[in-house]
Amino acid sequence: MSALLVAEQVLNGLQYGMMLFLMAAGLTLVFGVMGLINLAHGALYMTGAFACAAVAAATGSFWLGLAASLAAAASAGALVELAVIRRLYARDHLDQVLATFALILVFSETTRWLFGSFPLYLSLPEALSGAVDLPGGLVYPAFRLAIIGIGFAVAVFLFWLIGRTRLGIRIRAGEADREMIAALGVDIGRLYTLVFALGAALAGLAGALVGTIQSVQVGMGEPVLILAFVVIVIGGIGSIRGALVGALVVGMTDTLGKAFLPQLFALAMEPSAARAVGSALASMLIYILMAAVLIVRPQGLFGARA
Amino acid sequence: MKRILTGVAAAALIAAGAAQAEGVKVGMITTLSGGGAGLGIDVRDGFQLALKMAGDAGAAVDLVVEDDQQKPDVAVQLADKMIQAEQVDVLTGIIWSNLAMAVVPAATAQGKFYLSPNAGPSALAGANCHPNYFNVAWQNDNLHEAAGAYANSAGFTNSFILAPNYPAGTDALAGYKRFYEGALAGEVYTQLGQTDYAGEIAQIRASGADSVFFFLPGGMGIAFMKQYAESGVDIPLVGPAFSFDQGILQAVGAAALGVKNTSQWSKDLDNAANQAFVAAFQEEYGRLPSLYASQGYDTANLLLSAMAKADVADQDAFRAALEEADFASTRGDFAFNSNHHPIQDIYVREVIQEGDVFTNKVIGVALEDRGDAYADQCNM
Repeated sequence: MSALLVAEQVLNGLQYGMMLFLMAAGLTLVFGVMGLINLAHGALYMTGAFACAAVAAATGSFWLGLAASLAAAASAGALVELAVIRRLYARDHLDQVLATFALILVFSETTRWLFGSFPLYLSLPEALSGAVDLPGGLVYPAFRLAIIGIGFAVAVFLFWLIGRTRLGIRIRAGEADREMIAALGVDIGRLYTLVFALGAALAGLAGALVGTIQSVQVGMGEPVLILAFVVIVIGGIGSIRGALVGALVVGMTDTLGKAFLPQLFALAMEPSAARAVGSALASMLIYILMAAVLIVRPQGLFGARA
Repeated sequence: MKRILTGVAAAALIAAGAAQAEGVKVGMITTLSGGGAGLGIDVRDGFQLALKMAGDAGAAVDLVVEDDQQKPDVAVQLADKMIQAEQVDVLTGIIWSNLAMAVVPAATAQGKFYLSPNAGPSALAGANCHPNYFNVAWQNDNLHEAAGAYANSAGFTNSFILAPNYPAGTDALAGYKRFYEGALAGEVYTQLGQTDYAGEIAQIRASGADSVFFFLPGGMGIAFMKQYAESGVDIPLVGPAFSFDQGILQAVGAAALGVKNTSQWSKDLDNAANQAFVAAFQEEYGRLPSLYASQGYDTANLLLSAMAKADVADQDAFRAALEEADFASTRGDFAFNSNHHPIQDIYVREVIQEGDVFTNKVIGVALEDRGDAYADQCNM
């Protein structure tokens, strides 16, 4: 096991974590600020990916596609908030789960109807295709490095937005006391639409980036959604910092676990059995981690409320 | 639940009451959505093309097609529905070996014929073979055995091998190792349906291998090939045709040029049946056929050949007619082994570019008249 291999797997974990962060950031904002469980977040991720694929295919420009993914997911998010989600804030979580699950089905079938069941594949933009040489002899795909960079940039932007702007103050105030901020003259309805659209745009961005290196297909959002929930439970609901740390922890644990656990077991067992046990344990690892966090800190690593 | 059962019962009654048309009722369960959709669509299109080209004989086949979504539970439900409510005589269509293992033993036990246009898991070729189960494609190991034989002749001595963790994946690596004589730089099982291969590619990069053998059909292969091309790793790839079929090549493009892969079929095989098939397929669907399409086409033609000789109600006669395999296969010579799996040549192909289309051409024969390693364990 060479240092280069470990370094490459760490980068893979970082890239995976950043992708999860983009998903989890929106989910945790919506859950924290509005108290809403949004299962349709994965559908918005898929919307972004399909918008990117369609626009990139039509115009030949990946960057226009990326812009379209943000725009499409944000407007789909705003539309869904106005039409459906708005009626759910006062309801209990079970109603929210039912309604947003219905949204998953509506989005999936509409997408299938528009684009068909066959997966779409995107080409990487010229500037980011191929691999780059990093210091120390490490070779890594340029596009995955770009995802890591975009993830960090979004994290910095969100910290600034939540911590340093008037909008951020309102979001935090809305999280703490909804009636009070409404009484102070803030249009809480518009604030909620804005937060929801912001979360949707981040999910759409994640979908477009991941769709570019993997594939764009109906139902691509749901496996990621489950992981994003794990992330916000670990990080603490409503906390952007928690989402970032949780996403990186989950990304690293999953990637490094899958890469090295089978080899670790091979030291003590015969290879084929070690592989079976190692891979089985590796896929359980993040859920074990979540359970451990819930036992020690039920509110999550950075969660304010118990 | 009760209401559903009543509904099913009513549907069964209606189906039973309807006058049985002469001919054969065929239920096709295949994958038409998700990452594996390309395979099922090709099998279906190849099958329907053969029926269409057969004219009246083809019209005697009453075909029902359903999407299994690549999920074993859905496939089992569809099979139950087709057997009980629609009363099909013959089942076919399943792409994935884990789905085949869930459906085929139950279907043959209920006295239905199953003609596999794709999945050929080792369990169904050996101890669990069944007189009513015929595989028209290959036993799962076959193309991988040929890839192993090719790797020897290409001088590879240190292969990194990977496949998804499901019956066809374990068959694939077992098949490769059966003929490959070199050492293994690494052996990895991935998740079925996985779309991110960054971790595996890092292991390949660090392994010091001189070749990479991979079996990743459908969308998995597209994702892997695209990510491999971007990774800067340039260790030569070897694989079965499933990793380089027509659908994958169109999505992957130039990154696959020159890669060697093994197949029982290629569009440039020089026989009359194949030339007619390739031309008709392009005419009908506006794209090049894949090996899956050829398998669907051969399956339909096998069925038609048996229908011409026997009535499906007379199971023994129909089975004997199937065993004769008296049809013009797109692969040229084709015969059934004692376990109802093919004996056929397996070719080596190379990925080439024709105009702006990426496709394969035959460059040699890897294994001649290959049966499979499990026929001895089959007692019918």
